[in-house]
Amino acid sequence: MSTVAVIDYGMGNLHSIAKALQHAAPDVDVQIVTDAQQILHADRVVFPGVGAMRDCMQALNQSGLSDVIRDVAKTKPLLGICLGMQALLSDSEENGSTLGLDIFSGHVLRFAEALSDSEGNKLKIPHMGWNQVHQRPHPLWDKIPQDSRFYFVHSYYAKPNETSVIAATTDYPNAFACALSHQNVFAVQFHPEKSQTVGLQLLNNFLHWDGQS
Amino acid sequence: MSLAKRIIPCLDVDNGRVVKGVKFVDIRDAGDPVEVARRYDREGADEITFLDITATHDNRDTIVHVVEQVASEVFIPLTVGGGIRTLDDIRRMLNAGADKVGINSAAVFNPEFVSEAAQRFGSQCIVVAIDAKKVSAQGEANRWEIFTHGGRKATGIDAIAWAEKMVSYGAGEILLTSMDRDGTREGFDLLLTRAISEAVSVPVIASGGVGNLDHLAEGVITGKADAVLAASIFHFAEYTIQQAKEHMASRGIEMRL
Repeated sequence: MSTVAVIDYGMGNLHSIAKALQHAAPDVDVQIVTDAQQILHADRVVFPGVGAMRDCMQALNQSGLSDVIRDVAKTKPLLGICLGMQALLSDSEENGSTLGLDIFSGHVLRFAEALSDSEGNKLKIPHMGWNQVHQRPHPLWDKIPQDSRFYFVHSYYAKPNETSVIAATTDYPNAFACALSHQNVFAVQFHPEKSQTVGLQLLNNFLHWDGQS
Repeated sequence: MSLAKRIIPCLDVDNGRVVKGVKFVDIRDAGDPVEVARRYDREGADEITFLDITATHDNRDTIVHVVEQVASEVFIPLTVGGGIRTLDDIRRMLNAGADKVGINSAAVFNPEFVSEAAQRFGSQCIVVAIDAKKVSAQGEANRWEIFTHGGRKATGIDAIAWAEKMVSYGAGEILLTSMDRDGTREGFDLLLTRAISEAVSVPVIASGGVGNLDHLAEGVITGKADAVLAASIFHFAEYTIQQAKEHMASRGIEMRL
């Protein structure tokens, strides 16, 4: 039985993601873990997170998990979700300026205030709800129709320096990178665990992914 | 094409059963919350909200079990409101599998609770529920105030100023209920909805008064709501969620179909 470790570093509720992973692939052993050794022994790793970037990085640095995640990013399939995606960038402008794990070179920026849609309606922040994901070819999109809607809730977005790592974009109102990939690392801004059928399919794809793009 | 507007069915839960009080009429039983939630998920609900109206504190655990069961098989956002007064109440609901909690009267009695909650758990999971009622006389400029105790107790607080304050305290979303319309099936208070939605930067969910599918569409088109919440039109299978979404889409609203 293959194993997936969901990293628990005190940022948010991990039951949803654990339940969704279990539902998506009943043949996989889902573990919520705090311990570096358990993370390093798992076949795959999920790095979730909600809340503020500064708290997230403090928790990772204090627990020593920053180095563990950097190590995982070189060795086995890793899925970052929401804040777990943003933390993979070089830095974020949230809380002044916060350094990230720098696995993807680039920045995390706040949506500009007072953006409008094409009809002149004010766009709300946080970007909350179901929005279309424009995929670029990657095995984790297998069996997910192009432009499917996933559930988002965030006020900051990733802007990688290299466009080659963008695995999907979403418009709000301008296109931003809602998924990043590089070798065995994949990261999404939306919540697959809350995105019903398409979300479960993405988790299933990840749980059977060999880390090759 | 961009962000879709959301339809959120609301389940009023009393002692583990879905109920719906129609104004001036007895509360009607609408079934087992887990089964109802399952059906709404299948029909394409964008989120589900549970409002715990259980009167006695002892029976509060019931809603926790309902959320646990639903969260283990329904993978869309879940919100729980009703009786959320402490950080520990929030933690229990989030641990049970809720994604957001609705804070209503506790915010009115102690606004600091909202900022504490947002700091601890993040704004993304803090929905402030506002019950508003029109207080301006005919001919006067429209004015709405916050009411507590199911619309019976006036607070003297202006609804728009209150919504702005709650957002500045960290609310990630506003659930706005017109107490004039709740249970009437006459449609949302569109002027109220629009006034609040245009005043705040965060998403606003319109609630109170839905009697048909055009009401849902009007909430978005005229009321500028980001999401619409309804209970009774879905509970008694008058309309399915799917029908509601198709109708809204036919009115030119972007929906997840």
